[in-house]
Amino acid sequence: MSTTIYLHEFRTRLKSVVIWSLSVAFLIVFFFSMFTIFVDQAALMNEFLARYPQEMRAAFGMDRIDMASVLGFYSFVFMFVQLCLAIQASNYGFGLVSIEENELTADFLLSKPVSRMQVLTSKLLAALTSLTITNLAVWAISFTAIELFRGGHAYEPGTLLLLLISIVIFQLFFLSVGLVISLLVRRVRSVTPYALGLAFGAYVLSAFSGIFGDVKLELITPFKHIDAASIVRDGAYNPPLLLLNVAVTLVALVLSYWMYTRRDIPAVS
Amino acid sequence: MSVIEVSKLTKYYGKSRGIVDVSFNEEEGEIFGFIGPNGAGKSTTIRLLLSLIHPSGGTARIFGKDVTTHGPEIRRDIGYLPSEVFYYEGMKVIDLLKYSASFYGKDCTQRMRELSDLMELEMNRRISDLSYGNKKKVGIVQGLLHSPKLLFLDEPTAGLDPLMQRKFFDLIRQENARGVTVFFSSHILGEVQRLCTRVGIIREGKIVEISDIRTLQKNKYKKVCVTAKGLKPADVKMAGVTNVQADNGAVSFFFKGDINAMLKKIGGLKVEDATIEEPTLEEIFMHYYE
Repeated sequence: MSTTIYLHEFRTRLKSVVIWSLSVAFLIVFFFSMFTIFVDQAALMNEFLARYPQEMRAAFGMDRIDMASVLGFYSFVFMFVQLCLAIQASNYGFGLVSIEENELTADFLLSKPVSRMQVLTSKLLAALTSLTITNLAVWAISFTAIELFRGGHAYEPGTLLLLLISIVIFQLFFLSVGLVISLLVRRVRSVTPYALGLAFGAYVLSAFSGIFGDVKLELITPFKHIDAASIVRDGAYNPPLLLLNVAVTLVALVLSYWMYTRRDIPAVS
Repeated sequence: MSVIEVSKLTKYYGKSRGIVDVSFNEEEGEIFGFIGPNGAGKSTTIRLLLSLIHPSGGTARIFGKDVTTHGPEIRRDIGYLPSEVFYYEGMKVIDLLKYSASFYGKDCTQRMRELSDLMELEMNRRISDLSYGNKKKVGIVQGLLHSPKLLFLDEPTAGLDPLMQRKFFDLIRQENARGVTVFFSSHILGEVQRLCTRVGIIREGKIVEISDIRTLQKNKYKKVCVTAKGLKPADVKMAGVTNVQADNGAVSFFFKGDINAMLKKIGGLKVEDATIEEPTLEEIFMHYYE
């Protein structure tokens, strides 16, 4: 680990972190402020939702949640928060080493007296720190929004904690999978399409998995590994799926280290 | 003591050739010229020595340590100026230089000031606003600010105006006088000739010649130019004559061998004008390429 690289990486991403954190915070406050209206009209709303096709409700997890409860409603918002966090984390993952190689600054960095291991570790820790800042913003805003708008309705803080704690696992998944894919493909020319592809791809898979019911798509998408609606319903994680998620993250990380230390840094061509 | 020891170093990019069986040594305090056309493998060799890429075969040692296993340790005492410089566009020059210096765990501020004053570098401009030549200056300061013991210069003068080139060469000579070993890659032979003591010539990934620059120039070829009425290339034909070119009664060629035999041969002609001179490195070089 090199403090120098860590600080440089962290500073480079600071602006992006602030924008992401503010956007996610805004999203939570905006959506959750509607909870009061939902609760007041709960019966009407449930009737309204019932008119939607079953598949549609399944895709948004609405068949499993009670939109009139604090955490039921929150878990609906949380799904969109997850989508944002997935895009952010994959963006950092895909860009972690590929931006430097594309802009050809990798020559500068790697001709310094640092090992590839140190470079990758410092970069990963810096990205993780950045993601953690957004994570903390989600924690703070979630508690605040719930306190502000729950209107006296009770909720189970333990379950909320389960949701919030899952964020770091979720972020690490997209960070490391983004990184390993960026090392597997020959060259990532632009980070954003890859990041959007990975995040939306995983999200859509999870939605489809809801529609088709018994298709085992939940095995590959982290939106199912950490499914907000189920966590709220059960008050617990799904341990096998959560372990699968962590395992994929670990494999991606080990593979990334293995490939990065053996990688030929592309030159100007 | 050998600073760089390269033995049968080979690099393939998939199936395409990088370099094949490259071997050479560079002694401490030397300025070693590495010459070859574009795509011959000059940058590949340097990138292997910096372990930016990994060899397909052979070994390379710097300061007596293997480059693949002791990279970070070796790079502490290496300065590198790439042929094309790319830096973090959003940063200011001063911040980039500070970032660069922070890797070496020592105070480089003074040397940084000296160098940027010398190269007339404006420290407060953004990298993205700099012209190519100015970015190159950043590269020079960045490569030298930690007082390295070994310098890799990969076609360093491209983009520098003649005045800056001269300052740069003076700077390299000063560094060399302080004991810094320099590995100078270039396809411009004039500058290699001005600076280097020994040269290696690389062609299509293979070393074709390594020798002292003086030996290369003196002991081998003479460039002879003879003017005489009705002179034909056939008139100068003898063993050791190559590259005969006729131009309006003047015939010029390279000669390698006993100079007396050549003088006798010319003596038999009715010569109007004759010169015998050292060929430039450029001419020798072209010779290798035929």
